[in-house]
This record gives sequence, C-alpha cells and structure tokens, in this order.
Amino acid sequence: MASGEVIKRAKYKTSVKDPGTPGVLKMTWDKLVLVPNNPNSAMKLDVSFKSIKGYKNTKEGSNKPPWLNLTNDQGGSYIFEFDSYSDLHVCRDFVGKALGRSGDTPAVASGRSIVIPPDERISTSEMELRIKLLRENRELQALHKQLVIGGILTEAEFWATRTKLLEKESSKKSKQRAGFKSAMISDIKPSTDGLTNKVTFNLTPEIILQIFAERPAVHAAFLTRVPSKMTEKDFWTKYFKAEYIHSTRNAIAAAAEAAEDEDLAIFLKNDDILAKEARQKIRQVDPTVNMEADIGDDYTHLPDHGFFLDDGKEASESQYEQYRRTLSHDINRHAAVVLEGRVLEMDLDDTRTVAEALAKSKQADVGNGDSDRNCNQGTVARVSHLTEIEDLQSENGPPVAPLCIKDPRDYFDSQANALEVLGDPFSGAERSKCPLSSKDAYGSLRDCISKIKAKGIHEPVIKLKDALQVFNALTHDISRTKYGAGENPQQSVLDKLPSETKEQLLQHWTSIQELLRHFWSSYPITSSYLYAKVTRLKDAMSQIYPQLEEIKKSVPAKHKQHVSVLVRQMHQALDAAFQHYDADMQKRSAESGDRPNGYV
Amino acid sequence: MKFRLEDITVYFPYDHIYPEQHAYMLDLKRTLDAGGHCLLEMPTGTGKTIALLSLILSYSLSRPSSPLKLLYCTRTVHEMEKTLSELRRLRDYLFSELGPSSSSFLAIGLSSRKNLCVNPRVLSAESRDSVDAGCRKLTASWVRALAERDPSVPTCEFFEDYERAGSSAILPPGVYTLQDLRAFGKQKGWCPYFLARHMVQLANIVVYSYQYLLDPKVAGIISKEMQKESVVVFDEAHNIDNVCIEALSVSVRRQTLEGATRNLHRMEQEIERFKATDANRLKAEYQRLVEGLAQRGNLRVSDTWLANPALPDDILKEAVPGNIRRADFFLRVLRRLVQYLKGRLETDNVEKESPVAFVASITNQAGIDQKTLKFCYDRLHSLMMTLEITDTDEFLHIQTICDFATLVGTYARGFSIIIEPYDDRMPDVRDPIIQLSCHDASLAIKPVFDRFQTVVITSGTLSPIDLYPRLLNFNPVVSRSFTMSLTRDCICPMVLTRGSDQLPVSTKFDMRSDLGVVRNYGRLLLEMVSVVPDGIVCFFVSYSYMDEIVNSWNESGILKEIMQHKLVFIETQDVVETTLALDNYRRACDCGRGAVFFSVARGKVAEGIDFDRHYGRLVIMFGVPFQYTLSKILLARLEYLRDTFQIKEGDFLTFDALRQAAQCVGRVIRSKADYGMMIFADKRYSRHDKRSKLPSWILSHLRDAHLNLSTDMAIHIAREFLRKMAQPYDKAGSGGKKTLLSQDDLEKMGDEMLY
Repeated sequence: MASGEVIKRAKYKTSVKDPGTPGVLKMTWDKLVLVPNNPNSAMKLDVSFKSIKGYKNTKEGSNKPPWLNLTNDQGGSYIFEFDSYSDLHVCRDFVGKALGRSGDTPAVASGRSIVIPPDERISTSEMELRIKLLRENRELQALHKQLVIGGILTEAEFWATRTKLLEKESSKKSKQRAGFKSAMISDIKPSTDGLTNKVTFNLTPEIILQIFAERPAVHAAFLTRVPSKMTEKDFWTKYFKAEYIHSTRNAIAAAAEAAEDEDLAIFLKNDDILAKEARQKIRQVDPTVNMEADIGDDYTHLPDHGFFLDDGKEASESQYEQYRRTLSHDINRHAAVVLEGRVLEMDLDDTRTVAEALAKSKQADVGNGDSDRNCNQGTVARVSHLTEIEDLQSENGPPVAPLCIKDPRDYFDSQANALEVLGDPFSGAERSKCPLSSKDAYGSLRDCISKIKAKGIHEPVIKLKDALQVFNALTHDISRTKYGAGENPQQSVLDKLPSETKEQLLQHWTSIQELLRHFWSSYPITSSYLYAKVTRLKDAMSQIYPQLEEIKKSVPAKHKQHVSVLVRQMHQALDAAFQHYDADMQKRSAESGDRPNGYV
Repeated sequence: MKFRLEDITVYFPYDHIYPEQHAYMLDLKRTLDAGGHCLLEMPTGTGKTIALLSLILSYSLSRPSSPLKLLYCTRTVHEMEKTLSELRRLRDYLFSELGPSSSSFLAIGLSSRKNLCVNPRVLSAESRDSVDAGCRKLTASWVRALAERDPSVPTCEFFEDYERAGSSAILPPGVYTLQDLRAFGKQKGWCPYFLARHMVQLANIVVYSYQYLLDPKVAGIISKEMQKESVVVFDEAHNIDNVCIEALSVSVRRQTLEGATRNLHRMEQEIERFKATDANRLKAEYQRLVEGLAQRGNLRVSDTWLANPALPDDILKEAVPGNIRRADFFLRVLRRLVQYLKGRLETDNVEKESPVAFVASITNQAGIDQKTLKFCYDRLHSLMMTLEITDTDEFLHIQTICDFATLVGTYARGFSIIIEPYDDRMPDVRDPIIQLSCHDASLAIKPVFDRFQTVVITSGTLSPIDLYPRLLNFNPVVSRSFTMSLTRDCICPMVLTRGSDQLPVSTKFDMRSDLGVVRNYGRLLLEMVSVVPDGIVCFFVSYSYMDEIVNSWNESGILKEIMQHKLVFIETQDVVETTLALDNYRRACDCGRGAVFFSVARGKVAEGIDFDRHYGRLVIMFGVPFQYTLSKILLARLEYLRDTFQIKEGDFLTFDALRQAAQCVGRVIRSKADYGMMIFADKRYSRHDKRSKLPSWILSHLRDAHLNLSTDMAIHIAREFLRKMAQPYDKAGSGGKKTLLSQDDLEKMGDEMLY
C-alpha cells in the first residue's frame, strides 16, 4: 500500500442493529477517520490504530452485507458496512497491514501473535469439512493435535497447506451436479389471498431457468423484450395468462386472445425454435427408431389413402393448429430437457443473468453440433451392437484395458520409485529432479570422453572425497539391508522395528515435515507475523532433538543401527533449517541498525 | 459357426445357435427345396432374421447354378436398418470363412427420395411429396431437355452425373444401408435414389418396405422385373392382411374434392396454353392413346410416377376409350365425376354400396361408364406427362379421385363403398367422407404369390396360424409354429384383473372412463416404477384414451409421483416428436435414469420398435386393444369375412385384438439372455376365450397363479422375478434340454436327431 491511505464510502454502525450513519471512511497508517455525509450529524469517528486490537469481517457469499468489525482495547467495536465486498477487502487488507505496523514488536508477551491472520473466520461448512477430514484421517488428527493445539501453528496455518485436501473433499461433495427435477414445473400453483380474484405466482430463478430451457421461444422473447419493451413483471404476467388460456384447452379462445395481443401471442403460439431444433435433431437420431423415415417411405398412406387410424382426429381447422398445445407435448419436452441436463454452472440470482447464460451455453452447443459426419460410424457400431444376439456369441473373457505405456521411462521410473522404500530415498528424488533426456546425457558423456581423450586425465572426474563418501554410504546401506534381506524381501526396515518405536518415528517424521514445510514457506520474512511464526517453529523444532535422542536410546540394541540411520535423515533436514535460520538472523542483526523491527 | 443341414452347409455368424433357429432353418430349407410358400411363426427374441438370412444365403452358395435373389420386406425403415445390420454381420463372417471371392454379394436397402436424396435444395422440402416433386422439377426429361438449350434452367447435378456415368454407375458388392447409399452417392456425385433403383435389378438382396411389393401403385414401378426364382420374405408379417387391404383402399373427403376442382382448373389452363403454343403435342398424345396404354415401360426412369392403383393383371391391354382420348374431353369427364362425388357427400345418412351399384349409379347420373372409370388413372398420368407438370405434390387430390375411379371401375368384388356424413364419435361435427374400402387381403398379395416361387411369411405372432392362409388365400407347403425353449423363465406374463382396491379394472366401454379404473391403473404404474429398473413401456388402447388417462393422472398428481421415479415420454401423432421422444427414452435408459414410455397399441411405435433388454423390463398393456367396433368399415369387413371365409365377427375381433396385444408385449425379449415382464391389465384377459388367442410362447409361461392378480400381488411377483433374474445362470441350459447349441452339439446331433 504505497499511498498509505484508503478512502471508501461506508456506513458506520455502533452495533449490529444500528441502521448506521453513511459517510466517508479514511484510513491512514496510524488512524482511521469517518466523516458523515450529513455534516450536521454529531457522529464523527477518529480512532487511532493503536487502540484497535483486531478485526473481523463478514464472508462473501454469506447472506450478510459486507461488514468490517474492528475491536478496540476496551472491548468495544466499530462496525463499517461497505457498498461492496471489493471495498471491504481493500479496507480489510489495509487494516491488517496498519495493525501490523502499529503493533508492538511481535513475539512479545505470550509469544502468540495478536494479529489475527486474514480469513481466520471461517464458515461453518468449512469447519465441518475440516472436522470431517480430521476424523477420517488419524495421522492428520495426531498432527493437528500436536501442532495446532500445542500452539505451534494456528488453525489457519495448518489448513493453508492442505487446501488441496479440502478442495478435493468439498468437490467430492458437490461433484454430483444437480440436474433439473424430474417433476414438471407445470405445477407452480398460484396462491390466492382468498379475498380478491388476484393470484400470485412465486418464481424462483430455478423455475425460470427451467421455463427458459423448456420453451426457447419464451427465452428468446425475454431476451428481446425485457426490459426494453416491457418490465419483467409484465412479462411473467403475460406468460401466466397464456398458461392459463392453455390450461383451458381451447385453441379457438387462444387464437382470439393472441390476435388481440401480440405479446401474448408469443406464448400462445407453438414454439418455432423447437420445431427447428427437432428438424435438426431428427437427422442424428438412431436409425433403428427413426419413424420419420417411415413416413417418407409410406406411399400407402397418401393423403386420403388407406384407413384412418381408429382414433377420430379432432375436428380442428388448421388456423388454430398453432395454438394447440398438448400435455403430451409438454411432458416430452420436459423429459428431453431434463435428460439434456443442466448446462449452467453458476449461481442463479437474477432472471437476466439466467437468460443470458442459457443463451451463451446454447450457442456453444450449436458450435459443437456439426459433427454429424463422424457420428455415422458411431451409429453403425451402435446398430450392430443393438442387433447382436448376445448369448449366441462366445464370451470374450473379462473386459481388459490394454496396457499403454506412452513414455517407457515414466513407467520404469515409477517402478524404481517403488523400490525406493528399501533403498536410499534420496537417489530416487534426485533422479526425478533432473530430467535429462537420454540424448543430452549421451552428449555430455561423449563430451567428457572426448575431453579426456584430448587432454588425458588430469584430475579425477569425481572428487575423491565425495566418491568415498557416497561409496561408504552405499556399502553401509547395502550391508544394512542385506542384514535382514533373507527374512522377507517385502519388509522395509521400519517393519522390523518394535511397533511403538515405529509409530513414534513416523509421527516425528510427519511432524518434522509439517514444521519444515511451514518453516521454509515463511521465508523471506516480510512481516512481524511471519517472524513470530518462524520463531515459534524454531522453538518447536529444537524440542524435537532431545526426543529423537530419547528414541534412539530406548530402542533395543539390535535395532539401534536402523533407527540411527532413520534419525540421521531427520537430523539432516532439521540442521539445514537451523543453519538457514542462523544465517538469516545474522544477516538481519547486521542490518538491524536502522530497522529496529527486524523485518524487511 | 458352420454346420451341415441335410445337403447344404450353413454359415451362421455366431458361435452358438438356438435349437429353434436350427429347426426354423430346416423348415425353411425344405420350403426352398419344394419351391413353395411357407408360413413360420417363431417367438420374438429367438433370432428369426439372422436364421433366415444365413439359411437363404447359404442355400444359394451351395447351389451356384441359381444366383441369389432375395426380396426382404420389412414394415418400417428402421427394421430395414436392423436387417441390413444383421446382413453386414453375416457378410463379415462369410468373408472370414470363404474369402472375398464367394462372399461378395450386393445387398441394398431401398426407400423413397425423401430418405435417399442428397441434393440439399430438394431435401429442404418438408414432406415426402414435396421432395418427390422437387426432384421431378430438376430431373424430368423435358426439364433436362430445356436445360440443354437454356443453361439457366436448374437441374440436379447428382442426377446429371449419374446419367453421364451411364452403365458404369454401379455399386460394388457390399451391404448398403440408406446412410451408406447416401454417403456413396455424395462421394461419387451420383444420385443415390436412382442408383439404388437401378441396382434393385442387379442386387442379390433387396431390403425394402412391404408396399414396394404389395401396393400396386409403388410395386408397378419398383418391382416389376424380378425373376420368378426370387425368394420373397415378409418379416413381422402378423399385420400383412391389414397392409394388403390398406393398399387398395381410398377415401375422399370434402377437401379432396375441392383440391381436385382446383387441379382441374389448373390443367384446363395448361391445355389452353398448349393449344395456343404447341397443339401438336396434344395430337401426338391422342395418337399414342389410340395405340394402347401399356407405354409405361418406355418411360425414362426419372419420369415414372406412382403406378396404377389396380393390379397389373387387371389392367386391360387395350386402347383407351375414345371419349377420354382428347384432353379436354377427359377433363370434362373428371369434372362430372367430381361433381357427382360432391353430390354423394351431401348425404345425411350412412350409406353402404357395392362397387357394382356405385358404378351403375355413376353411369346413370354422370354418364361415365365402367370402362372409362377404369382408365382414369392412366389417362390422368398420360395427360400430366403431356402437360409437363412437375409439381406433382400439388396434384395429389385429382390423383386420389382417379385412383378411386380406377379401383371402382376395376373391382366388382371384395370392396364396398361407405359414405358417412360425420364421425360417429362426433355427431355434431359434419365431416362427410366417401370410403372405398377393400376387404379382401388376398387381392393385393395374389400377384406376389403368383409371380414368385417362394414367399416366406414369418412373424413372432401368427396365431392362429391356420387363419392366415385363409385370409391371404394361398397354400403354404410348410406352416409351422415354433415354441421357445427357455434356459430360465425369463419372461413373466401376468394378468392383472383388480386394482389396489380390489375392484376390477378394464377398458371395456362402460368402465373406461370410470375414475376408479383410471386411478387403479395409475397406482399400478406408480408402484411398478418404484420397483422395476430401467425402461417401462405402457400401451394404451387408443390415442384418445391415452390422452384422457394422462390428463387425469396429471390432475390427480399421480403423474408427478411417477415422474419422481422415472422420466416420462409419450407417443404423439406427430412422428417427429415421437421419434425424438423414443431417442430420448433410449438415452434415459442408457444413462440409468430410467424412463416410462406411453404408447398406443395400434400406433407406429407398437408396430416396429423394440424395447429389448434394459429398454424394456416391463410392458403394461392397459386394456384389450379392440378395433373401434362401431366403425362402418370394420363392420363391412367383418361381414365380408363371415360371408366369404365363415369367420365369426367376435372371433376375428378377438384374434385381431390379441395379436396386437401379443405384438406389443412381445417386443421386450431380444434373446434368451434377456428378461422382461408383461402385465395384461384388464379383467377380460382372464377369460379363456380371450387368453387362448395369445401366442403359445406367452401362454406356456403364463402360470395359473398369475391369472387373476391384484396390484399388490403383481408388485410382489415383480420383485421376486427381478431378484431371480439377477442371479447368474448357465446359458447353455441345464438338465436334459439344451437351449443353446454349440458346433459340437450340432455335429453330435448329426443325422440321428431330425425334427
């Protein structure tokens, strides 16, 4: 925030129920000032950030208005209502930063940050999700208990690294997209107040979407007429009037009404768009159900030839035909729309957006519709499958998916990774870290050889000391694994340890990993908050050393070697972190002459 | 698999065969040996079509001296597609067994221009008749002659290219569906319709619709030059008698007559125009008519039109009567005829007349004799050629009138003319109609029996099998009804007589609008949709009844409850909508959502759509699909049947209703691995006289305990049945009876076991 100042329009409320005083909120690094729009208003706010302890805000998507709640050190609060969430977010961020500036040096007093990190407040649904995850995953639960409840990490920090997990969980929940309801919407029954002849229809965006999807003509009419020619209310009034006329099943009356009111006629007439769509679709229909082709082939039933079906056709003149709509037509159309599924992936709130989104998705469909050429092959296969008599055919064995290895190296690498459990975990990781094509490798090898050929070996290609170290480590590992290899090749080193030790080790390992992940992700330290976090993490990590030593001591002698190998790796990882921490601290203290706060 | 059947080797494109199929093939082979006609009933779901095709193909392969010619008639285009798909499987198998040399045969499906045309300009027309007319506008010989002089006259590039290619325009051997033909035509730039029409003469197997053989109007053009040795198959032929009589029936309404008057007016103008500009043309036509009428053979292929509605043998090979040789005289005759018919329409009573009396009355009142009437159609055809009329779809009305005249003039027996001032069900709406109705199914099919050596009539429901030879008047050398040997009880027919409140249900006239019955039917369906997975099909007795019941369910909220379990699709009179509904229904079953399809027992869907496997686990037949018994046409036909064949009215009606019902429910089974339930929801089905008319393969699975069920019992049975069907079973059949034969089984059977 280079400007160091934020000005937004906001309403100030002293309590949640207070209607609020509209005004302009101006925030600088050290204080915030609210100037009411009404100059006569007695209400005027001028608060220093020093007195502000924390803040809360309403979440977007909840049905609350955008509120920012600042709590002061006396326990009181200032509530600001903004015009929009974007305003709210800008102010919230600013407040967070301002509080960070004005706050005393972090890690003061209890060591807990006074700054509540952003988005601390979470919705109940997310909370439920988290609880569910913890309940299902014991390992996670243990980690959570150790780190969060132990005060090393905050709840938010803990979950921030697991957003993927949460997303997966929540997407699993909403993966099954809700389609249209199977039931028809023809049953939006009007409600009457019992006194007058007025009826009221309640339309939700859901219902509107369905009406639009089932009746493209209404959809098109809405797009062209609302709001330029009529209001939305008029539009729906007309619509339901037309529905009422239809329900009387009187085509002649419908025609008469339509002649008087051209807007009404749109709803009363049969849907041209549908008819056009039907003609399109009929070309791609499965040939084994295509009865339309029969009609094209039927010369017996020329007009006036053969018998009429035993059903008397209703005596209707063709001029009213377009106003006749039958229930069966509606049912078929409804079922077709339900089957097509819902194409919209959005929150429905207003009729206009619904209409436009539907129009957009339809256009996309039209774009995809021109693939009838290659669908012919598909129908041939389909028809032949349909005509096949399955039990006359011999069984072809269980269905198998053919093994398809696109890149053989991927395959062998994954196989190698599987072996890693037994061997040195670093070798596999390194291999995947430097993806070299065989060509490059071969090239560099050739370079080496040609260099050596030209110059002779002046010095060994690999430093002797390194080579020895690698050699020693490898032989050590090999001898170690050989030690128990005879018993069970599937068993890893861990399995041989007493289960208690194993559990302990695993838990340490996961918690170290978690801590390290947080530790490294906190660099570079840019705020007091991060600084506090790193300090906390460091303390937590340093406590692990003695615990590890304890495990080492407690295990029986015959496992000591294995355990020490395992622990060594943990030590290495932790050591690296401490090294970095110390180096950073030194650098910081060297610079800290002019920066008393200690962060950049 | 490959096996010996008496002296021929049969190639069968599956690894196993049902014993029924084997027996079916044997009977078919004996028919072919004997060179006669046959009548074979085999339950649906036992692979009739493939058995039939593979036997006939194998038969001709073992007798290389007689080349194969098979005319396979299906009722509908979609059945045609299925048949061609089976043929393709067979061809692939033959190819792998015998190599390319002996397995090369040509099989094509033939349909109308509407289904074959690839010219986008012509295809943009809506109806079949406008497509036909649109095609003629571009391809008629005079149009093309004009286009040669004047390049601005539009022609069809596909037809021109096809004509240019001449005799080299042939299809290579293979199996061609309509889609394949279109694709081939597009690729080569040849008109697929005319190519297919040409290839009909050369193809080994032609799959087309019944009417291309039965309806003289179409058969006269398409099927006139087929060898006697051809084998003709009518598949799904249980309704063949109806197709036959419909092919020869015409009805005339007020609109027809008004249209005909307009047509006459237009033709008169054309004649005047020709008189002024090109009088010679009319004179030339006159000369041609003096010489005789049988000139259609020399017409160019693109000029052919629907042929004479009367059968070829009945057309006299003689000159057109003098009084209608001149164009304007002929128009005058037609005008008098239309006037006469208009007068007859003005009646207030139902009138029924024989053709003889009707012709006599025309002669008296309009002065047109029987011979003139008989020539009307051909004379009209000739005149339209002369006048170079291409928009034939506009002239359908006058064509109908001439059809009517020719049929009335030709046939003295087997027809009756019925004039009704209004429909019985709507007496207040005046809608007069003159119907020329044919009662004798044997008339239309007679030339087919005469012309071809072997005609095979087969279906899943031909019971009682002795009735068909009488109705169609022929002598089959083999007439047999096969039963179905099932590995397990995979069909479960039930007769439901009472609803959930134990009151009887029926669609009997006095009960059908009873709200209690409607509610009981609704509860039945509602309970079933919650029990049965995937697809359920419901058949109603008529469109109006279906509308009524669906509306009533909608009002009482039952429909909404049904929809909570499954999506609902309805057959309507609009074919496009029904087709889309069916397609959606299948998709709903495929995706597992499950659906209910409401259909009509005599509707288009019942006629030829399969609801096999998960597309139909349950069929409910609501009521007995009797024909509308008050229909004058039906009464006249019943009278004729009684007088001619001594068939009682009641028997025929029951037979007809039950064959419809059996046809509806029979579509759920595709193979012995499939399973399905059938509910006959009407108390009348429990009566023996009705039930016994059902085909034996249903009756044999109809247990006594299932004869008088109420809704709750039916639900219980359905649950049990579905649970049983979900268990694994031995496909080959257990115990002594094999229901699935492998190659080894067949060889073991060898000659010792003859059917």
